[in-house]
Amino acid sequence: MSDAQSPADFDFEPVDEYEPVEVFDDGMDLRPGADNCYKCTACDTSCPVAEVDDEFPGPKFQGPEQWRLKRKEDVEIDDSIMSCSNCMRCDNACPSSVPLSQMHNEARGEYVENQMDHRSREYIRNRILSNYRTLAELGSKVPRLTNFVMGNSLVQKINEKTLGITSEREFPEFASQTFREWWAERGGAQIESDEKRIAYFHGCYSNYNTPEVGKALVRVFEEFGYEVAVPRQRCSGTPMFANGMLDDAERAAKVNVPEFKDLIDEGYDVIASCTSCSMSLKQEYPELFQISGIDEVSNHTYEALEYLRIYEDVEGALEGRTVDYPDLAYHAPCHARNQGLDRQAVELFREVDGFEIEDVGSSCSGISGTYGWKSEKYEKSMKIGEDMFDHMRHAKGTVGMTECPTCSMQMAHGSGYEIRHPLQLLEEAVV
Amino acid sequence: MPISEDVVVVGGGIAGSVAALSAAETGASVRLVTHKKSTLRHASGLVDVLGYTSDGDGPLVDPFEGLGDLPEGHPYRVVGEEAIREGLATFDEVVGDEYLGGHTDANALVPTHGGAVKPTARYPRAAAAGIASDDRDMLLVGFESMTDFEASLAAAHLDAAGVPFEASGVTVAFPRNFRADAKVTRFAKALDTDEDVGGRGTREALAATVEPHLDGAERVGFPSLLGDDRRHEVRADLEAYLDAEVFEVPMGPPSLPGLRLEDLLFAALDAAGVRISSGNKAVGYETDDGEVSAVVVDRKGREIPYHASAVVLATGGLVGKGIASSREGVREPLFDCYVPHPDDRYDWFVDDAFGDHPFTSFGVVPDDRLRPTRADGHAEFENLFAAGGVVGGANVAAEKSASGVSLATGVVAGREAGESA
Ligand SMILES: Cc1cc2nc3c(=O)[nH]c(=O)nc-3n(C[C@H](O)[C@H](O)[C@H](O)COP(=O)(O)OP(=O)(O)OC[C@H]3O[C@@H](n4cnc5c(N)ncnc54)[C@H](O)[C@@H]3O)c2cc1C
Ligand code: SF4
Ligand code: SF4
Repeated sequence: MSDAQSPADFDFEPVDEYEPVEVFDDGMDLRPGADNCYKCTACDTSCPVAEVDDEFPGPKFQGPEQWRLKRKEDVEIDDSIMSCSNCMRCDNACPSSVPLSQMHNEARGEYVENQMDHRSREYIRNRILSNYRTLAELGSKVPRLTNFVMGNSLVQKINEKTLGITSEREFPEFASQTFREWWAERGGAQIESDEKRIAYFHGCYSNYNTPEVGKALVRVFEEFGYEVAVPRQRCSGTPMFANGMLDDAERAAKVNVPEFKDLIDEGYDVIASCTSCSMSLKQEYPELFQISGIDEVSNHTYEALEYLRIYEDVEGALEGRTVDYPDLAYHAPCHARNQGLDRQAVELFREVDGFEIEDVGSSCSGISGTYGWKSEKYEKSMKIGEDMFDHMRHAKGTVGMTECPTCSMQMAHGSGYEIRHPLQLLEEAVV
Repeated sequence: MPISEDVVVVGGGIAGSVAALSAAETGASVRLVTHKKSTLRHASGLVDVLGYTSDGDGPLVDPFEGLGDLPEGHPYRVVGEEAIREGLATFDEVVGDEYLGGHTDANALVPTHGGAVKPTARYPRAAAAGIASDDRDMLLVGFESMTDFEASLAAAHLDAAGVPFEASGVTVAFPRNFRADAKVTRFAKALDTDEDVGGRGTREALAATVEPHLDGAERVGFPSLLGDDRRHEVRADLEAYLDAEVFEVPMGPPSLPGLRLEDLLFAALDAAGVRISSGNKAVGYETDDGEVSAVVVDRKGREIPYHASAVVLATGGLVGKGIASSREGVREPLFDCYVPHPDDRYDWFVDDAFGDHPFTSFGVVPDDRLRPTRADGHAEFENLFAAGGVVGGANVAAEKSASGVSLATGVVAGREAGESA
């Protein structure tokens, strides 16, 4: 007989009384978190931006120190907050569980709201970048034309000049058929099940740019007997958090939360194929917003491979298999790392014969969503990524693998490799 | 039971890593679960076995000679000298030629950033040229923006400690103009990539800044920030430019040598086929007939059981969060193992800040197989073993024995867990 237990008869709440102080407008109280900081600077040594950017004071300053400053007197948020890429590595490093990224998100939101000129080029550029879905929706209506126009170097130069979007990068191509179009065309779910049900959060990128990832997810989960639902959805909000556009993010969350909450009530779990999307639903939503059902959505959200490894015997399914696949240079995205998923692909696939998979090290890829698209950040972004490029060059494979769409852009950009998603390999192996 | 292993190790510091390697050696399948980065990020990167006796005598020339004087119940007394040697052997295998000191039983004397001389069993190759028993004159170099290393003060302390060489110190401006509170990682990155400063690389520019102060010194010590991935290349370049040996002085937190050691340990775990889940916290457990059957891990709100036949608890001491204290008492928060401590909070400390504080040796009480015991001396669980800072009975900070205790108990706890699984 097995009984779950965790010691509970000890009350370890902090005993010091404190007056709740409101720092940020919406009444969020981060005092206990700030007080937990004992200035060990573990967060600072984990920050990829502080490692290359001489102007950036680091996560400890952005979080607990700025918080204290603000509390003492009515100081403005330091503009360096806009240089934080929201990779959330500092969260993972802090031994005291100070909610650093939450503090950064709050501070950035306040900075953008109150201190940034909303007619400035930077604001407009950031708004465009963070609302990628709007662009993508338009672009995907006429994919070939858009691909042609966006790939045009003249257009890129104009973007650079007028908007501050770097012309160094290749615009991601739009697929000729979106994932949702494909899903509708095939007539939705092919498997019915009362017990095994997942609601797919495909996010923008696998819908508009890499529908093959979404298709792989559907086929793999159906192979394991799951009924798949694909509800109406908007952007997860990740690029908006990183640009301090909290209102935009909240608007999107207000669509996503009820849609998925309804399905959770019908026995579905929420599955994402992008680790920033799952991070956002799991952690940032309940930290930043108050929407009915938001905690249920957070508690029922998983990354695809994570879910299968918890509930299915994926290893068993792969045991002794030989799969004809190219050798792979795998990069774990920061947002996978923070969910404890940085090892899963390598662990799972290294036992499969027919190819080699190699982890290319623990550094950040440097692109961090919209960060590496900004003209003024481009070079820093490439400098952060240099470690990863170097390891990729030394890895056996010349095909890359990662769970994050923007990391994959950066990997391709810095190495010239084609990049795939673990779900595509899993599809190859089990379907 | 999709997530299931023979052995689950909780905690990813030195103790947990070594326990996982030792369990894997028995042929068991092993998963290491760890929440945050370990205290290695703060630690000096030195690996101490025993520098002072419990009475504060020392520094000890040979750590093994001090073992007999340790109090009963000290983890070294529980596992014995052989286990310490095995722990060191495992360590030496993991770090290869990145660490020195393995050629002798004797402690090495390594200068610290405060100018003290510390007895330690293993030290990074990068620190080797700084050893205090060497009689070549030494120049220590500090940087204007780095207040935690005062080179001339450290040199004066070394001289006062009676070292057999002349030490002098100088503070210079780092050739690249960083912000006043730049992170050590920023310095390391600039040297690693040899960033351009005014037409030459950072390494050459740094050497040129230091050269006029050499004054015949045959070795030059910098704070530990001389590169990360390319550290050996950085040092070799500086040595060539300066025509003197170059070494790193171990620093307080945050510590690059600690980070590098963490990388070495994790690479060894990978090579041994140990599975690693980091970033999520173990919050509870399941039992089956008096044995631990699973460790429950909180994955951002969802509690997932990680099944195992045996478990190693290596969650660290008060700093690593393996032992928790509040006004109500002291406890081991994961399995709620018994941690003896005086009822009165005021008896946890003594008045002298550097005195023999009872709280420093708080921890679980191991039986001879390193299983945490209850107050009645019986094992809490048949298949739960403990290693490292979570084990009580040693005053590791005063004895200078922290990593040694972690290595020795890690090897034994890992093996016991692997064999019982
Ligand atoms: C500032 C400092 C300086 C030091 N300097 C030296 C030195 O010079 N020489 C020397 O020999 N030693 C030194 N040490 C000690 C050494 O680095 C280790 O702290 C010691 O060996 C204990 O190691 P450990 O593996 O038991 O614990 P830790 O290193 O504390 O690791 C414990 C790990 O367990 C994890 N953990 C805790 N609870 C949970 C949970 N519920 N679920 C999942 N994971 C959990 C933590 O996140 C952490 O990663 C120093 C330590 C510090 C803090
Ligand atoms: S989120 Fe990333 S970039 Fe921002 S402060 Fe933290 S570690 Fe640095
Ligand atoms: S890691 Fe946590 S405790 Fe340490 S300085 Fe950063 S916020 Fe403070």
